Amino acid sequence: MQVKEYRPLIVAFCCNWCSYAGADLAGNNRADYPAEVKIIRVPCSCRVNPMFILKAFQRGADGVILCGCHPGDCHYTSGNYYTRRRMAMLFSMLDYLGIERERTRVEWVSAAEGAKFAATMNDFVKKVTELGENKRLEDLRCKK
Amino acid sequence: MNNKQLKEEIIRISGAKPKKCMKCGKCTATCPAFDEMEYHPHQFVSMIENEDIEPLMKSESLYRCLTCFACVERCPRGVEPARLVEAVRLLTVRQKGKNRLTPDMIPDMLDEDMPQQALVSAFRKYTK
Amino acid sequence: MQRIGVFVCWCGSNIAGTVDVKQVAEALKSEPGVVFSTEYQYMCSQAGQNLIIDAVKEHKLTGVVVCSCSPRMHEATFRKTAAAAGLNPYMVEIANIREQCSWVHKDMIIGTEKAIILGKAAVAKVNLNAPLTPGESPVTKRALVIGGGIAGIQTALDIADAGFEVDIVEKKPTIGGKMAQLDKTFPTLDCAACILTPKMVDVAQHEKIRVFSYSEVTEVNGFVGNFEVTIKKNARYVKEDVCTGCGICTEKCPQKKVPNEFNLGMDMRRAIYIPFAQAVPKVATIDPNYCTMMKTGKCGVCAKVCTAGAIDYTQKDEYIEEKYGAIVVATGFNPISMDKFDEFAYNQSKDVITSLEFERLTNAAGPTAGKLLRPSDGKHPEKIVFVQCVGSRCDSCAEKGKEYCSKICCMYTAKHAMLTRDKYPDTDVTVFYIDVRTPGKNFDEFYRRAVEDYGVQYIKGMVGKVTPEGDKLKVQASDLIENKQLHIDADLVVLAAAIEPDKSARPLATMLTASMDTNDFFTEAHPKLRPVESPTAGVFLSGACQGPKDIPETVSQAGAAAAKVIGLLAKDKLTGNPCIASSDELMCNGCSSCEKVCPYGAITYQDKEFRMPDRTTKVRRVASVNPAVCQGCGCCTVACPSGAMDLRGFTNEQIMAEVDAICK
Repeated sequence: MQVKEYRPLIVAFCCNWCSYAGADLAGNNRADYPAEVKIIRVPCSCRVNPMFILKAFQRGADGVILCGCHPGDCHYTSGNYYTRRRMAMLFSMLDYLGIERERTRVEWVSAAEGAKFAATMNDFVKKVTELGENKRLEDLRCKK
Repeated sequence: MNNKQLKEEIIRISGAKPKKCMKCGKCTATCPAFDEMEYHPHQFVSMIENEDIEPLMKSESLYRCLTCFACVERCPRGVEPARLVEAVRLLTVRQKGKNRLTPDMIPDMLDEDMPQQALVSAFRKYTK
Repeated sequence: MQRIGVFVCWCGSNIAGTVDVKQVAEALKSEPGVVFSTEYQYMCSQAGQNLIIDAVKEHKLTGVVVCSCSPRMHEATFRKTAAAAGLNPYMVEIANIREQCSWVHKDMIIGTEKAIILGKAAVAKVNLNAPLTPGESPVTKRALVIGGGIAGIQTALDIADAGFEVDIVEKKPTIGGKMAQLDKTFPTLDCAACILTPKMVDVAQHEKIRVFSYSEVTEVNGFVGNFEVTIKKNARYVKEDVCTGCGICTEKCPQKKVPNEFNLGMDMRRAIYIPFAQAVPKVATIDPNYCTMMKTGKCGVCAKVCTAGAIDYTQKDEYIEEKYGAIVVATGFNPISMDKFDEFAYNQSKDVITSLEFERLTNAAGPTAGKLLRPSDGKHPEKIVFVQCVGSRCDSCAEKGKEYCSKICCMYTAKHAMLTRDKYPDTDVTVFYIDVRTPGKNFDEFYRRAVEDYGVQYIKGMVGKVTPEGDKLKVQASDLIENKQLHIDADLVVLAAAIEPDKSARPLATMLTASMDTNDFFTEAHPKLRPVESPTAGVFLSGACQGPKDIPETVSQAGAAAAKVIGLLAKDKLTGNPCIASSDELMCNGCSSCEKVCPYGAITYQDKEFRMPDRTTKVRRVASVNPAVCQGCGCCTVACPSGAMDLRGFTNEQIMAEVDAICK
């Protein structure tokens, strides 16, 4: 019997103006990062409702990473400050629910930081892989 | 202690931030004890920041500082040079190991007319 | 149910090299809603676009998914293609399988697998897409410039020259601002009045420009293209259209002891006054705080001598409502108060002055008619000490002073020192500096000239204290290079005071919902790429209200702001971004959470009537989003506790569907 290699499922939310462009730049530079990372484009990191993250974990995601512009650089002037505060609260609640801190992350990636984007994703996937599968919030009804 | 540790200890004791100095020299410009001092307030700040502390500890300047806090009051950057001088002074005193006075000797020496503050200040200045 | 077409692009070998495009197209065929799926070498080519157009028509598609390069690259292209096929352009979604898949993954199996998942997410999103139409709003083709200094004057002239009407609101009785008070300008030493006053005359004579002097903005409503502004015209007790500016009243007025603010209180003016000879508008103004007639009812000299009959003691403040398409803020700066700097004895001695006061002392139209004399005894100063960085570059937590560098002081101090040495070679001039900062065209050369050709003594160090003693000023300072403390007897001490934004800027920013930094400078929409626009659409920034600036910089920024305004006013209609927030009024509970987080002030509350199930009506307070102001960040959607607020194009449902598709 062949043992199937464990591959985590990572959802990344990227803001349209900085991080999504940073991810594009990572592509332009042919930087290598794991295919486990699937990016969802949002206008601003502050568009990410905590519900989306809960939904991802409910659906069996192993890690969720949220990328936005650097503080002070937000295209909408102050969106990422809201993100920072909201996620600080959400992540500590998730921690309480048993979702380890390593499975959630907020990272600031500018449009010029393709290399940082790739490095961040490599690091994040590595940490989540070490933790293994996430079963805490998974809703079995969602699985076919 | 090596120089790095000395610097950290001075910053810990004083709570001052030599890194904030923009080298304007207003502390030295304002110092009333300038002529008495070998190292001037701005040199204290810069030498502590550069971990060149031994010469300061040996210097008479430590005891010439009046602790009038004019430099602290006027520093535009909030560096607080007088607190740094004070910290170097404390460090020097503490490093002596044996103080010349022991606590049980003090009561006999107390002069009723002498203000408490002058006493403390005298201990500080004349232990060298 | 949508009828979705999926178009997978090879991008030559860019995508096809690591992604099996045929397999992707095949796999997405079975997704819900997909009725057509194909792949092609270059989707963005004309042939590729025609393929999409034909497919839309043939299969009656209602939605399109293009699996290709980044949407930042070709989203606009494919939206146009969709529009050409008769589809709403916002029914197109892009799955980014190049930059975020084929280019970063080397393995064909893994790459193909990820491309399929990204495609599924895009399909899931398109299933929930709704056609969007950008909102349109008309543009009032008139601009308002707040502040009549050189920044406001230049902006107004540039806009008016392009053929648009401009109104200038200035709170002082005349336009001209700080530049009118200056003597010469660095680094060329042109006389400030000689280059400014012609511009002021241009403003006065321009048929497209109206000047509201002695006025202020009290209320701003509306949004980009459609601002409604209330301007308060303060009563000047002189009929502006009747006064000829002859100035007889200002000579005959018996109240002679009013500090002249134009000369910074260094001489006196009358209770009825014209600030300076070249004032625009050249109209007298009565200062009600000093006028004997206004205070006691007994005088009326000015009314008697006025041949034009312009004096009107009963004049009232007037409120004018106007509509504008764009607003330019040009509120400028002031030197900070020296009251807290006791060490420099500014309040103790008349001979310790600020640089702006020095400027008036050397100005031919100033209190000494241009002769440099000590304010205390009118004697010629033989030793002048200049102190730089007074109140600039202070610690953030210091109570006095400002954290930033005021930028202009190094240059104007060099100018003052040079001019003094030029006019009075017997005068000894010393400048105490911390750093001399001269970045600018011909700036450092100018400073070097002051040192090398004019013999100005520059000393690296700071003045610690100034003590008035007899008729001298004892200056105690440090010389850091020589490691000395200096004691100088000076006749005059000039402080290069830091500059701060005008006090009127903060309430104005609140009215405009324009953002400010902690120092009360207006923030720009982007520090590098949009430096003259405020984040609030339709509000533009000109001059020192945005940060410390010298005259050349102010003028270029004023021109840039004018260009932006012209670009806005040239449009007949503004087309908005349709991906904006909208509130479901039935769900909104009027809590104001969204209003508080909106960086643009796009959300307002309205009382609306609702039909209840029992056929009664109920008035409830609900949020409404102004589509012309909303920029679509979506912050409000997350803040909304009832889920009433949603962002078109990125709805909660759509993003949830994407999450679902990815996590399946």
